[in-house]
Parts: sequence; structure tokens; C-alpha cells
Amino acid sequence: MAHIKLAEGLPGIRGPLVFSPETSKPLGDLVQVLLTGPHSLTPAEREMIAAYVSSENDCFYCQTCHGSTAAQHLGGSDADYELITQIKQNYEAAPVSAKLKTLLAIAGKVQKGGKHVTAEDVAQARTQGATDKEIHDTVLIAAAFCMFNRYVDGLATWQPRDPEIYREIGKMTSQLGYVGRDYKKPLESIMTLQNEAPQNTARQNTDSQKKAQP
Amino acid sequence: MAHIQLPEGLPGIVGPLTFSPDTAQPLLQLAEVLLRGPNTLTSAEREMIAAHVSYRNDCDFCQLSHSAAAAAHLGGNYDLVERAKVNPEGAAVSDKLKALLNIAGKVQKSGKQVTSEDVSRARAHGATDKEIHDTVLIAAAFCMYNRYVDGLATPQPLGREAYREMGERMAHQGYGRARQAASEDVA
Repeated sequence: MAHIKLAEGLPGIRGPLVFSPETSKPLGDLVQVLLTGPHSLTPAEREMIAAYVSSENDCFYCQTCHGSTAAQHLGGSDADYELITQIKQNYEAAPVSAKLKTLLAIAGKVQKGGKHVTAEDVAQARTQGATDKEIHDTVLIAAAFCMFNRYVDGLATWQPRDPEIYREIGKMTSQLGYVGRDYKKPLESIMTLQNEAPQNTARQNTDSQKKAQP
Repeated sequence: MAHIQLPEGLPGIVGPLTFSPDTAQPLLQLAEVLLRGPNTLTSAEREMIAAHVSYRNDCDFCQLSHSAAAAAHLGGNYDLVERAKVNPEGAAVSDKLKALLNIAGKVQKSGKQVTSEDVSRARAHGATDKEIHDTVLIAAAFCMYNRYVDGLATPQPLGREAYREMGERMAHQGYGRARQAASEDVA
């Protein structure tokens, strides 16, 4: 059960966003600029950074949503989802650009603490062609997900485990972005699950207490 | 030296905010709502939560500037702010604020560290859902701001004096205006 009274049936950050409209506005604007705006890093690459940091923070909801959004930006095949899993487990061995690997290394340092980022980490990214803006945005994406992850887990929000829910979230977010969305509206995949198993609907909250599955 | 080329002479977060205006706007608006918006927690209390989390994250700029802002809200009572920042349980603040600072300290480590007991303790001292929500989000947000400031190796003046005027502006003029003034000081 969540630590505060949140609207039922809204997964992860959607509960707190609906609970607090005044803060949801800047939070939505921030993630919109960072992950969807015009950029020399693709939306898929920026979502990968978000998914990787969220995985390092062990936030099931954020890593699964942003991993799914990244995979959907790439086309949404099983191989795309497999690539995201590989990045989270060991990005060095994943088939992504050398530049993205150096940026993921910086993001991983930021996750531990800002002071962990060294001049060498930054020099390596530059050697692979990273610009100041790309380094800046990598640091801020990583830092922002250290916030979003803590917001989602610090309130013990409901984080369902069904992969279909995250596939739907990834599809919608890759198409619609983050702002101007109605997060009060229930997800179709959740409605379907609830219709299939009505006796379980109210108690799916207990899922959020279980350890994240890889 | 900062990790990227930032406008010269701007302290802490002011450099990256000036470097990246598109992200500065929501970042400042978030701080404004969380720390100065209408709330049953005073701005001084919310700034103390920000200062405590920034102290735990060892971010000099954020802990000194938000301590200065908290003190500015309290008519210059730096001693109280310092105590609440370093050791909330021993500070002369309300039991409710102690319980909220305890939650903020857990969030600083990780969201999953917050237990039902932590939340029950806050409720027992009268904390509302909104106060608990805002405490979690202030603490989470400063885990972002601190990493943003330190992750880019921004220049950060040391010592309380360097932050007194900045704290006054943050407290009384707000976050949009405080940044603008810091940029103008340099110009």
C-alpha cells in the first residue's frame, strides 16, 4: 500500500502526479524537454540513459516504463526489448555506440553521487564526440531520474508487474510524449487485467512490495 | 574547473541554469512551488529539509545556499538551521519536522528506505498526506539538484558569508528572480 492516499489503479508516478497538480506541471515539463525535445541524442538514447539510471536505483516502475519507451522508439520488436535488458545488465557489451557507452558511464557515476564524475569520464565522452550539451543533458537526465525514482519508491506507489502494461505505456509515451496527457485515465491493459481477474483487482497493490524481477 | 564550458563567474547551479534555459525553467518552477508555494509547512521548514538533504549529499553550494534561505526566513537564525541540517533529532524544531526530516534522510539514501513506521511517526505528530508527499518530493528533488551541481563540477564559493545575500533573495524574491540577480551580479 502506498504511504499516502493516492487514486486507485494509477501505476507508479501517475498516482503522485494526479495527487499534486502544482508539482506535476514542472516535473512533466522537465522530462518532456530532457527526453523528447530536439536533440543530437535520439529519444531512444535518452530513454536508455533514464532506464539505466532507474535500474541502478532499483526502481521497477521507472526502469520498465523508460526501457519500454526506448524499445518502442526503436520499433518495439523483441530484439529491441532485449537490447534494453542488455544495456541495463552490462552496457559495455551491448551493441550501442561508443559515445553512448561513455555517456552511460557518466550517468552511472551521477547515480552514485555528483562528485563521482571525473575529468577522465568527461574526457572519454569527448573523445567519442560528445558535445557539452550532450554531457550536460546526460548529467541532468541521470540526476532527474535520481529524483523520479525516489519520488516513486519513497511513496511506495503501486507498481504492477504485468509486462503488457509497460508495453502499452511505452507505446503511448513514444508517440505522445509526457505533457498534455491525462494520467487520471486508466490504462487499457489494466482495465483488461481487472476484467479478466476481478477478484484480484483491489489487491494488486501488494505486487508493489515484491522485489523487481529482472 | 567545471566539466563543461559554463558562463564565467556564476556560482553553483546558476551556471548550468544559464547554459540550458529550456531545462532551467521547469527546474526553477519546481523549486518555487516546493519551497515557496502555499503550504502548511513554512518556507523555513521546507528550506531546512532541502538543506538537510543537500548536507547529506555533501553538496556545498546547495546546503549553504538553502541554509541561508532558511535562516533568512527565520530572521537570521543560522544556529537553528545548522543544528537541524546536521542533527535534526537534537535540534529545537517541532516533533513533526523531526519526523519529516527523518523521512527526507531516508529518501536521500533511496526511496525504498522509507518505511511505514517512518510515515506513522510523522502522522502521529500531525503530518498530513500533502506534507508527507511534499517532504518526499523536496528530498528527491534535492537528490537531483545536488547531482546536477556536483556532477558538472560547478564552481562553489565556501563559507556562510558568500551565501547570505543569495539566501535573502531566494527567501524573499523567489527562485526565478534569485537566478536572474546572480547572473546580473556578474554582468
